[in-house]
Amino acid sequence: MKIPASFNIAGLRLRGDEIEVAGCDLVMYDNEFQKIDEELQRLHQQANANVVFLVDKNGQLIASAGDTHNIDTTSLASLTAGNIAATGGIARLLGEKEFTILFHEGEKDNIHISLVGQRIILVVIFDRRSSLGLVRLRVKKTAEVLARIFDEITSKAEKEKVEGGKAAESPFAEISDEDIDNLFK
Amino acid sequence: MSFINYSSREINCKIVYYGPGLCGKTTNLQFIYKKTNPEQKGKLISLATESERTLFFDFLPLALGDIRGFKVRFHLYTVPGQVFYAASRKLILKGVDGVIFVADSQIERMEANMESLEDLRINLAEQGYAVEKLPYAVQYNKRDISHIAPVEEMNKLLNVNSVQWFEGVATAGVGVFETLKGVAKQVLLELKKHY
Repeated sequence: MKIPASFNIAGLRLRGDEIEVAGCDLVMYDNEFQKIDEELQRLHQQANANVVFLVDKNGQLIASAGDTHNIDTTSLASLTAGNIAATGGIARLLGEKEFTILFHEGEKDNIHISLVGQRIILVVIFDRRSSLGLVRLRVKKTAEVLARIFDEITSKAEKEKVEGGKAAESPFAEISDEDIDNLFK
Repeated sequence: MSFINYSSREINCKIVYYGPGLCGKTTNLQFIYKKTNPEQKGKLISLATESERTLFFDFLPLALGDIRGFKVRFHLYTVPGQVFYAASRKLILKGVDGVIFVADSQIERMEANMESLEDLRINLAEQGYAVEKLPYAVQYNKRDISHIAPVEEMNKLLNVNSVQWFEGVATAGVGVFETLKGVAKQVLLELKKHY
């Protein structure tokens, strides 16, 4: 297939004959972050959940709602993504596209994990004050809203790529070797 | 795949340690964990078998500091090195920003090194990545033991593109931070090109 001089497809960024591998980085600004935060707060309340998390498929925590003080959120994000990745691997072995919902039942707490728009993982931790039925119902509604927000983020990123613009306050604009060396002092 | 959050002013990147079984990937992470200030690190998570072989991955989140007001976080992962965990290794490579290939310097492990490197190439290619285009460095580990191959020879076999390489003794921490720094720097400079 011939590739035009400048062409964008998901996961690959192509410029001329050069294939770059930086992939589709996730860049989030205040506006979208607020929207996501509001949606998670709503889900947290409506599902009567203890904690709600949103995790990138690669294990980065994006946002959370509820009482996170006693939870190691970074580890939880990484392990959840590992869990989803392993389950996805099993699905493909069985000829399924993926299993979109995982549910783990504990003695006190339960965890409901679902994939939103192929890319984001929505995690709800709840106890007996809620129920699986309620969580599933509320998660479904939230997932639709979140999918729309992430579509917006993706199209915004693609638009910026086409226009070649960089964020006005990019932390990378003036980054020097010294800045990087300082990280390791 | 990095995650740049302008709202919370954070940059998150993923670095994966790759290499054959028992080459010292987990040891690299353990040393980094041991030598990093408590406020800069999260828990070191090891999903390992009873005999302490990596089953799925090790994970260490590092908050290195600030660049221009943005917190810089690196998530370090290792893959399970044993050959039959191929399916798991593929999963860990998803969304990777930089790779450190840890090679075992022992002469009898050279074939395992080459096999693992080929496995890395294949798994990266499946996701549209190429080693040549990715922030990438090689660490020749176990330089302190006898029966090891000379670095020149290892470079010929495992580093045909002459990427950045480091000699290491991960158990004593030699070369561990140097290797991490080498790749972290490449990752940040790569991001600079795009944002």
